[in-house]
Parts: sequence; structure tokens; C-alpha cells
Amino acid sequence: MDPKILIAKRVALELKDGNLVNLGIGIPTLVADYIPKDVKVFFQSENGIIGMGPVPEHGMEHPDLTNAGATYVSALPGSSCFDSAVSFGIIRGGHLDVTVLGGLQVDEKGHLANWMVPGKLIPGMGGAMDLVTGAKRVIVAMIHSAKGESKIVQTCTLPLTSVRRVDLIVTDMAVIEPTEDGLLLKEIAPELSVEDVIKSTQAHLNVSKDLKIMKIE
Amino acid sequence: MRVIQIDKAVEMVKNGSIIMIGGFLGVGTPEALIDELIKEGKRELTVIANDTAFPQSGIGKLIAKKLVKKLVVSHIGTNPETQRQMIAKEVDVDLVPQGTLIEQIRAAGVGLGGILTPTGIGTVVEDGKKIIEVNGKNYLLETPLSADFALIKARKADCNGNLVYSLTARNFNPIMAMAAKIVIAEVDEILPVGMIPPDEVHTPGIFIDYVVKGR
Repeated sequence: MDPKILIAKRVALELKDGNLVNLGIGIPTLVADYIPKDVKVFFQSENGIIGMGPVPEHGMEHPDLTNAGATYVSALPGSSCFDSAVSFGIIRGGHLDVTVLGGLQVDEKGHLANWMVPGKLIPGMGGAMDLVTGAKRVIVAMIHSAKGESKIVQTCTLPLTSVRRVDLIVTDMAVIEPTEDGLLLKEIAPELSVEDVIKSTQAHLNVSKDLKIMKIE
Repeated sequence: MRVIQIDKAVEMVKNGSIIMIGGFLGVGTPEALIDELIKEGKRELTVIANDTAFPQSGIGKLIAKKLVKKLVVSHIGTNPETQRQMIAKEVDVDLVPQGTLIEQIRAAGVGLGGILTPTGIGTVVEDGKKIIEVNGKNYLLETPLSADFALIKARKADCNGNLVYSLTARNFNPIMAMAAKIVIAEVDEILPVGMIPPDEVHTPGIFIDYVVKGR
């Protein structure tokens, strides 16, 4: 299975019926395609909408209806649109149940860095700092390693997005929960061993007594 | 509020003016006003906006023509030319968390001395800023952001300047409408007074100085 799809499928299982969810760009966006049939969630986007639906058929796009990545979307019946102050009031004010974000690094404290690589890549934080600060639950969805280097590190070397401890990290190799006592390895991908995951991870991992194989549907 | 020609509106902008421009990656951006800024060669602008869109659209067109001296934005990831000019120090860029940026603009518009936000605590965003504790929790003091001009985009206006936006093209526009000395709204349609029912008005006309017809 494509590693990105594996991650998206596993993250999708974290969403609960009725949740208000914000998906970041990249792997997080894929999550929308794998929500279990009996779970109904509402998608929010920073640019001011709740109730986003799938990408419309060619020719049915509306130039004023996009997501935060400028992709055309649809608005499901019951959607609402609002300005950016309301949108970030939702995000920062604790009204958003789950945010799923990409990551460049996550460390043993559960701190996320995902908005710049000094001197090289300067996309800016956009809404990421507010999302990590304000959402009830923060899930990081990312490939475990980049160019052979672990993205799960002892201490982030890149500028932090927030000092809030993220709630869950889902990679193509593992599901890891940052806790007060460090990173807890809870699930490993099918056909991998615990040693494989530990070898590929720069940070120290505590292995859960209840370790499972990553469940996907 | 007066309805005027687009060239008369943009003539008021000076080289070096501080301008807010509405839109989110070009959606809800007053494209005709931007094209007129370029046509009239307004230079050394300070632009306050969410982002710089793409190299050939929205605010990206001002970046491509090198008309911007300073940017206050949350995101430049979709415009490699902005990143290039930032790294080459051709443009000065302040990166601000999106939720903080909109509240700084709102603070200026509604007469607040700033806002307290938890966003940015413990990150580089807090450098040089005052931290204030309220009920045991730390917040950053973020000060108001105002401008000489706000260039905003709405779907329609009536002749009192009452505005209605369209879907996700609303974004920063109604907030910026409150925060600048002179507010110019580009709209698709200008209607007689009375054609927009009171409950449907998104921005009351008192905030708007000039309305211009877009394309």
C-alpha cells in the first residue's frame, strides 16, 4: 500500500461521529477519502467554511469556493461561510475537535515543527500555530523519515509551531502517542518489527505493553 | 460613500503607502484594483494580507513587478518568487500566525489597544513581545495593525456601500474594511439602495469610502 494512503486510512479511524475537523495540506487532505461509512464529520477550512464536500466535477467549480490550499471544493447542504476572525475564533477558541497536520519534525516532548527550514524553505506558519494551540486534539500525519533521516527526534532543531504537546503521531511505520513520560509506541505497521521502528527513529521510544499492529480498514 | 472610476480610486494611493489587500490565495482579492496599481506604477508599498497568492495571480502580481517593499503576511508557501525575494533581502517579510494577523487588524478597526493570544508562546513569534498572565495562563500581547488604504473585494454593493461577499471569498475582507483610513471596495455588481435586505448585509456601508466596479 502507498505509505501516504496507509497513514490517511489510519488517521481516518481517529475521527468520531459529529467531529469538527480541519485537515492540513498534503497527506492530511487524503484522510477525507477514508472516513468510515458510519462516521459523519464536518470539515472546516481556515479560509472560512464549515461543511466542505469533495472536489466538484470538472465544470462545476465555483471560483469563490475553495479550501485553504486553493483547491476547488463543494459546499454540502447545511454548510456555512464566515470571515477569518470567526474562522480563527473557531480554531483558537477550542471549538475545533481535531486538526490533522503534516510535520517536518516531532520531538520527545511532543513538540511539532512544521513551518520553516531556515534559509531554505520559508512557507510561513499560515494557520498552523493557531491550529496546534487551539484544537482539542492535534494529530500529526507524516512519513516517518525524510532522505533517510528520522523526523521523530530527541529535540526539534527546526523552529517550533507550538509548545503544546501534540496528541498523536501517525506515520507509515508506527502510531506514537506523546505522553508526559515521552513517546509511547502504540502500533507498528504490518510486516514491520519493533526493532525496525526503533532503528528508524532518532527519538527514544517507550514500547506499549499493549503494542498492536496498525489497524486499517 | 461614493461610486468612482477605478483609476480615480487608485490615484489616491501614494508610493510608500501601507495597504491592506483582502483575499486568501487570490480568492476574494480585488484583482482589478491590483492591476490598476501596476498600471499606475505604485511603488515601495507595504502590503498587509493573508498571503501573496501565486506568481501570476492576486498579490503575486505586485511581487512579480517588485512594487512591494514590505509584507506582513501569514503564508508565502505558494509563491516561490516571494520566498526568493525574501531570502535575497529584496523584500522585508514579517510572518505572522494567521489567527493573530486577523485579530491585529480587527483590533485596529474596533478600537482595541491590542489582543492577548496564546498562539506563538514558546516559539520565535514571541521574540520581543510582552507576555501577560491572565488567570494563570500566558498570552502574547499583539498590537493593532492599521493601514492607509484597504483594498477589498465583495460580490455586490448598494449605493450606501453595504456589502455582500461570496462564499470563501469573504475571508479577510470584512475585517480589513474596518481597519484603514480609506477603504475601497471592488465589487461585481452595484445595486440601488434597498436592493440588499438589512439581514443580508455582511459589511455595513459606513465602513466603505469608495466603491469601484470590477470586471
